[in-house]
Amino acid sequence: MYGFIWRHLPGPTAAKAVIALVLVLAVVALLLFVVFPWVEPRLPFNDVTVDR
Amino acid sequence: MADPDQGLESGRTQRWDRVPSLGGPPVPQGDPLWRVLVRGAGELLVTAGLVLLLFVVYEVYVTDLLNDRTQGDLTEQIHDQWDQAAAAPENLVAPAVGQPLAVLHIPRLGEDYSRVVLEGVSEEQLAEGPGHYTGTALPGQQGNLAIAGHRVGKGSPFLDADELLPGDPIVVETAQNWYVYRVLGDPATGDYTTDASGIPGQQIVTPSHVSVIAPTPDAADAAPSGAYLTLTTCHPRYSARQRLIVHAVLDGSPVSKADSPAGPPALTEG
Repeated sequence: MYGFIWRHLPGPTAAKAVIALVLVLAVVALLLFVVFPWVEPRLPFNDVTVDR
Repeated sequence: MADPDQGLESGRTQRWDRVPSLGGPPVPQGDPLWRVLVRGAGELLVTAGLVLLLFVVYEVYVTDLLNDRTQGDLTEQIHDQWDQAAAAPENLVAPAVGQPLAVLHIPRLGEDYSRVVLEGVSEEQLAEGPGHYTGTALPGQQGNLAIAGHRVGKGSPFLDADELLPGDPIVVETAQNWYVYRVLGDPATGDYTTDASGIPGQQIVTPSHVSVIAPTPDAADAAPSGAYLTLTTCHPRYSARQRLIVHAVLDGSPVSKADSPAGPPALTEG
């Protein structure tokens, strides 16, 4: 998977490294700001109230 | 005649001949299918592990950072509201769900510990700050001012709530007054269960134990027997199996902010 991505990035090694870093950061940002906030309320360990 | 190795040599993919040299040209045909699959599965598992680790970082640190900003905005909002409030004697009404209600100060949890409490205890409000159970008493009123807050993440308002000792002040700031509540129990011995009312200063209960936020804590349906404050959060840390409950009782009459703008002495003790 990662090998496939690496082979398909354009440019010389330096350019590939930069693009790869940007891709990783983009994925991390997507997880932190979109995926996790969406997933979180659906998980059970955030209950702090007594049920009424 | 026939060389036994010959069939092997010619029939199999000689992958040892094709190990890509580092920096060499990409291997066009690549590895046999099973290798590709196993490697792909391995990479997927490693990726899943990293994503889970990142989620822990998000829960424990990132939500705190985000919440810091939210609390900053809420502090501004509630001070604006207080500035507009008339100087008349305080007439507390519960705000709409999601609106700020009061500011909570707990010196034991940090010298400048202050959190804006919102009306309502759904996930939406609790993500912004501690939430006031709708329908429970308002600051200073007879009954039970019940507040829920996250233990870990979302600003972790009640992370160290288990460190509150008997006699510790919990100060609630409203537009015009400071209300000083004190954790029930004996400050001298640290025993939570000495109060004459029978209400403990701290207890750990199951999530279905709703009577802790009853007007008189632990006495469902009874009339209020005093002005109490109750904090609820999850217990143990990182779990939602039980609830940590802290009960406090109003100590003395409210301190007017006009008289002591910097807060009551309880705010700086300890």
